[in-house]
Amino acid sequence: MARFLLSRAVQAVVSILGVSTIVFVVMHLSGDPTLLLVPEGASREDVALLRRQLGFDRPLAVQYADYLASLARLDLGTSLVQRVSVASILASRLPYTLLLAAGALTVALGIGLPVGVIAGVWRGTLVEKLLMPVVLVGQSMPTFWSGILLILLCAVTLDVLPASGADSWSSLVMPSIALGALSMATFARVTRTGVVEELGKDYVRAGRAKGVATASIVLRHVLRNASIPVITIAALEVANLLAGAVIVETVFAWPGLGQLAVQSIAGRDFLIVQALVLLASFTCVALNLLADLLYSVVDPRITRLAGAR
Amino acid sequence: MTTAAPAIELAAPARGRGASVLPVAVLLLFVILAIGAPLFAPADPARQSLLARLRPPGTSVAGSTHWLGTDELGRDLLSRVLYGARVSLLVALLSVCVSGGLGTILGMLAGFRRGVSEIVIMRGVDMMLSIPPILLAIITVAVLGPGLPNLVLVLGLTRWPRYTRVAYGQTLAVATLPFITASRLGGARSARLLFRHVLPNILASLVVVATLEFGLMVLFEAGLSFLGLGIQPPTPSWGAIMAVGRNYIASAWWIATLPGLCLFLLVLAVNLLGDQLRDRLDPRSVVP
Repeated sequence: MARFLLSRAVQAVVSILGVSTIVFVVMHLSGDPTLLLVPEGASREDVALLRRQLGFDRPLAVQYADYLASLARLDLGTSLVQRVSVASILASRLPYTLLLAAGALTVALGIGLPVGVIAGVWRGTLVEKLLMPVVLVGQSMPTFWSGILLILLCAVTLDVLPASGADSWSSLVMPSIALGALSMATFARVTRTGVVEELGKDYVRAGRAKGVATASIVLRHVLRNASIPVITIAALEVANLLAGAVIVETVFAWPGLGQLAVQSIAGRDFLIVQALVLLASFTCVALNLLADLLYSVVDPRITRLAGAR
Repeated sequence: MTTAAPAIELAAPARGRGASVLPVAVLLLFVILAIGAPLFAPADPARQSLLARLRPPGTSVAGSTHWLGTDELGRDLLSRVLYGARVSLLVALLSVCVSGGLGTILGMLAGFRRGVSEIVIMRGVDMMLSIPPILLAIITVAVLGPGLPNLVLVLGLTRWPRYTRVAYGQTLAVATLPFITASRLGGARSARLLFRHVLPNILASLVVVATLEFGLMVLFEAGLSFLGLGIQPPTPSWGAIMAVGRNYIASAWWIATLPGLCLFLLVLAVNLLGDQLRDRLDPRSVVP
């Protein structure tokens, strides 16, 4: 177990290092990152001054080392546009995105899991034939279209929910549904596949032969085994939700990190954009690590297999 | 001599859902409408008419009917949607070609050469995959600037790891087969081995990935254009039209919803096609 944990932790650190490097490379793709940070129409002297101040005139290797060092100190820099530390700007927006992600995850799991289990248990019946197309539609709906349709239905036509902003709890409903729909489809599909696979195994037949009720087989045995793929997907989906928030928050004018990303690009506040990408990626790595750990709790065989390698 | 795929029976019956021609038909329809946009479009998609702003679908202004209504500048929405299909399909096609080509070559190299190339490439894949794709695309577009060529470049450069992972896994399996050893002993160079012998045998799985990626690319283009980071006005793009329509949602529902419907239908058709192909070709390695 300790060895398993250690190897996964080392992998995560390597991933974080790699992600930081990729972001560094992307920021330097344009040749001169200074130009990304100054307002349009800045004079050549100002640009040169800023380049020296920010150290972009130093060799690339030095800049890279410096960048990694400040990341290691969790120093994300200071926004040149707002003259406030990037970390405090992110912190002010983070609760909104967390709230939205929680809402979306509730929608996704609350609908996706039961739908998946039902479609799996009643495979080949009318129930499944009715449910799966709904899932497919959910999967192919672009969030900015479903968001707009929701606004049209609930805010314009029925006038029961606010169209945008974050003034009350009711503002959370539509963004959560729009964002959660995509993950809902994924959860339903994965759960269904897992349930179908498990139902074909010998222990289920043994249970049935013993006369155990189907409900009990499904709830006590099948779901536990079928939950393994769902757990990994859940970790990946949370990362997807954070990324999907960029578009959903723009549609609903929800003041979270996603809206901040779009606003920062428009306002040429690239340190914030960089910090957001790093934050999202680190979260993604951390969630993957968490999924691996949860795995080994749900299914101890995995640890032993990994240890044997 | 090319070697035929030994393990994959193309005529095998589809598992699960029955195969249908509908997705292909819808996809084909979009392709025809996109290519023939100048023929089908009732008006110039850029022609503004301030007297005919925000007209609902079906209204006639000065003898010409606006079947899908007009937008905030009085431009014919049907024409803009048709031309938008061009942008959508073109960006998706080009970026799938770039990322698929790049990803496949890297994956084959990693699976065939092993050693250092394998470690470097596959670790790179893991790292690329841990950055949320839309954010990676956003930051790259933001650095390089918007516009069609940059959009293709960005999607091409950020979307290769999927192909690499599949190409790598399949190449590992194919590379040990006797005919590869035989032609290597026969003196074939690595490039020839890879492109004449390995590639045809791993192509089926890659086609499935490419189809599913194509749908994603359509969504990415629309999403980035929606955020103002993709195709720039006045070039019509579904995402950009929808972004404007979002602001007129209370008074002119058609501007945002109708391009969205096209987007949804196109993506749904592509996803269905991808699922069918996967069922047909059943490449076990295709795991998201």
